[in-house]
Amino acid sequence: MALTGQPPKALNTPQKLATLLGMSGLGVLVLSLFNIEFPNKAFWLTLALLAIVAGVVWFTIAQYGNTSKGIKNDGVWFKSISSRGLWGWVAGIVLTGFYIVLYFYPEYLGLVKEGENTGIIALFDPLSKFLSGNPASQWFVYGTLYTIAILAFGIKFIWKYRHNNYEIIRTVSVMFFQTAFAFIIPEIMARLNGDLPYYDLKNIWPLNYYNFERYRVNGFIDAGDIGLALLIFGVLSIFVITPILTYKFGKRWYCSWVCGCGGLAETAGDSFRQLSDKSMIAWKIERWVVHSVVVFVTVMTIAVVHSYLGNDTSKYWLTKTTFLIGSAVILTAVFAWAMIYKRDQLQKDAKYGAIGYFVILMAMIGFHFFSGDQNIFIFKTATLRQWYGVLIGSIFSGVIGTGFYPIFGNRVWCRFGCPMAAILGFQQRLFSKFRITTNGGQCISCGNCSTYCEMGIDVRAYAQKGENIVRSSCVGCGICSAVCPRGVLKLENGPTQGRIESRQVLLGNDVDLMELVHNHNKK
Amino acid sequence: MESIVIIGNGIAGVTAARHIRKLAKAQAKKITIVSSETEYFFSRTALMYVYLGHMKFDHLKPYENSFWEKNKINLIKDHVTKVDPKKKKLLLEKGDDIDYDTLILATGSKPNMFGWPGQELKGVQGLVSKQDLDNLELYAPNNNTCKRAVIVGGGLIGIELCEMLRSREIPVTFLVREDSFWNGVLPSGDSAMINEHIQEHHIDLRLGVNLGEILEDKNGQVRAVTIKETGEEIPCNFVGLTAGVTPNIDFLKGSGIDMGKGVKVNRYLETNIANVYAIGDCAEQHKPIGHRRPVEAVWYTGRMMGETVAQTICGNKTKYNPGHWFNSAKFLDIEYQTYGWVFNERHKNEEEQHFHWRHNNEKICMTIACDKETRQFLGINSLGIRLRHELFDLWLTENRTIDYVIAHLKDANFDPEFYGHYESDIIEKYNMEFGTDIRPKKKSWKRILQLRS
Repeated sequence: MALTGQPPKALNTPQKLATLLGMSGLGVLVLSLFNIEFPNKAFWLTLALLAIVAGVVWFTIAQYGNTSKGIKNDGVWFKSISSRGLWGWVAGIVLTGFYIVLYFYPEYLGLVKEGENTGIIALFDPLSKFLSGNPASQWFVYGTLYTIAILAFGIKFIWKYRHNNYEIIRTVSVMFFQTAFAFIIPEIMARLNGDLPYYDLKNIWPLNYYNFERYRVNGFIDAGDIGLALLIFGVLSIFVITPILTYKFGKRWYCSWVCGCGGLAETAGDSFRQLSDKSMIAWKIERWVVHSVVVFVTVMTIAVVHSYLGNDTSKYWLTKTTFLIGSAVILTAVFAWAMIYKRDQLQKDAKYGAIGYFVILMAMIGFHFFSGDQNIFIFKTATLRQWYGVLIGSIFSGVIGTGFYPIFGNRVWCRFGCPMAAILGFQQRLFSKFRITTNGGQCISCGNCSTYCEMGIDVRAYAQKGENIVRSSCVGCGICSAVCPRGVLKLENGPTQGRIESRQVLLGNDVDLMELVHNHNKK
Repeated sequence: MESIVIIGNGIAGVTAARHIRKLAKAQAKKITIVSSETEYFFSRTALMYVYLGHMKFDHLKPYENSFWEKNKINLIKDHVTKVDPKKKKLLLEKGDDIDYDTLILATGSKPNMFGWPGQELKGVQGLVSKQDLDNLELYAPNNNTCKRAVIVGGGLIGIELCEMLRSREIPVTFLVREDSFWNGVLPSGDSAMINEHIQEHHIDLRLGVNLGEILEDKNGQVRAVTIKETGEEIPCNFVGLTAGVTPNIDFLKGSGIDMGKGVKVNRYLETNIANVYAIGDCAEQHKPIGHRRPVEAVWYTGRMMGETVAQTICGNKTKYNPGHWFNSAKFLDIEYQTYGWVFNERHKNEEEQHFHWRHNNEKICMTIACDKETRQFLGINSLGIRLRHELFDLWLTENRTIDYVIAHLKDANFDPEFYGHYESDIIEKYNMEFGTDIRPKKKSWKRILQLRS
């Protein structure tokens, strides 16, 4: 390679030193894994975390400090880490390994159920005790590192896009929501009210697939008014708050402004956004896989809630039967609305898929009325729940979703796996004011937008036709608009009328303008 | 079956092929594209991003490779050496001759060479083709091999080449004939701001100088250039010749097809020979259309000619009737958009009056042209602020006044959300200069989308 050791491929000296500093922070954590005794845990933990943050910030200054503000993707496809080179694979394997240990072998991290923690978890004990009063768990270690990653790489992201206010404000938002809602508030809630289940308020069902399980619902109810309020908030989140916000702003309000998975993808994962697959076949796989997960989580949740409800209406109004009928009514209403009012906007395979899945869901609910108690969904409820947790909750969202950042791009989970994203996307596609507007005939088909779309949307395919981009998967990160060299793309919320349009002949050739305007209004 | 052969797989030729296929779905038409440059269509305007490392060459292809077979468009990678319109035949360098019923010439441009001594040396080139990109990687891969590069010609490709070389920290000297960057097109205010920006990027900008000669080393490669005016010798390992482009039509000499600077065409893009059309950069209008040049080497016009010729070939004879002029570019970090006509001080006529606004410290400015007497809006240059194409197209069609445009600037803003807005600042300056009392109108979706209540 002709560029070896040369800019923009090579790291400059300060970048190398910064990497060393960050790695030394990680090194302390790795040493603790092997039960190296640190005399003052609080001190060493602080030092390690500070070194990581300082390393990332120093690297950022070394990379962007001497450049003018603007898009600087120089060398992205030359660098091994960001172009699936050797370092990309190394990072992918290390991350994947970490997730496997985290989800399935936490004892290697030093988790001790009865008695004092050891290893890396013990190193985090002082911080955990300071916040909630409890010793650390593997999830506390993970949550802390996760938050540190979003904060440190968030600073990098902001500096990289410092000319772009949309990116700055959006990133401050994800940094805030991660730190406050995912990290600090739940710990404080645990300190104030020990009965409350851990609750990250921004984590909405079905992303938070366990929210309505028996132990949590009991926990909420036992915790009194606050708990009940939280339970009601959980239900309102998905049925009321989410639809309103998505109608007004598109799903971006959640996926790239609030969500923690999105937060990590946008910050620590930013260097890998160009690795997403843009082929038609990938899009097809995406549609089938992500919607299958939605069906899976819906079935699973209905089964779980159903399993602990009673049969006696005199004890509690919500019985197994009422619940199932209610669920069936809601699902039918959504299905009917889409099929009746939005059928002209659905592709053929979307219709077939929707009908197929609807039939499956209804058949499964129907089983209740014909079969015994615990086995209403063919599988045992507990088995269903367990498989969802392992397959989707752990392997898909963690191991593949984050571990494969350097191989498949930073939004693999959001794109192929997240049921929340799919539900919001369904609404964004059919009932929202959000769109990416294409600016007349200015597109030069350069491909920057498609290349840097983390969701694998072939943005250029729309832009070069003069068509607005209205896609269910778009998380509204705004990078297509940022990297466009000709000012062709703009994320905006506007009237639903004329949101999707395509012209046979692009602006430029003198078509009959009044005719165009009239046709436009008819849509 | 009617056989349509297109020479050239750039934006013009490919747009023609796509639209013919779309219009002629039921009709029997065989479509063949011949190109010796690449197997598949790519976005030429994005070549720079491959050298910058923003994209790989594959990302430049707007359609997946399977697209062409699916749409029954045959691709032949070969070089056409001769066109024989009498026998309706193309002679290829490697493959067999091709017969055609309809021929579309879409061969594009090549860099201007003005007979400079040494212009044929190794390491001397333009940046138009895929081959140019490959050669650039060969002669200027890094700052060890290329200690300095000299770029000749202050236009859009020249500044792109400067940006590319700077990304690899290669020292660049930029020779510009005019006394300010691209001021053959840009008015002085806009041009001056770009001069400053070029220097901010540590590019050695030399204004008002010409290339003397290009000097050779013992391997037949460039070792230095001299400046005509001063005789100064600048040692360098690479020379970019970017003083504009010229139609790539040498192979048509003696074919009987009428040529001037480019292939002569009428408004239907027909040449002097029946069933032979020319579109894109290589076509030359007998008479210029409006203020346009007879040869337009612009991405968008290539696309528009492709759309037009497809209509004609599919039985709906259509005049090439480009609407209001628009264009865009990016000068290092500064985006440029233009709608309508804004002429520079040298080319503008007496009636054209300019209003220029520039931000106090950011590199953002705007020049708006109007008619002195009628106040009719003529055009706008915007640097650093994105504007809505459709709205300006409409305002130009409706013959709006500059006062109207100034008052409705908020409608036209196309910058990303949360960006700073400068409309009030612009209007304040306008009011001071023209003694008006215009208030900015609030953004209205109804006006932007032309919705009726």
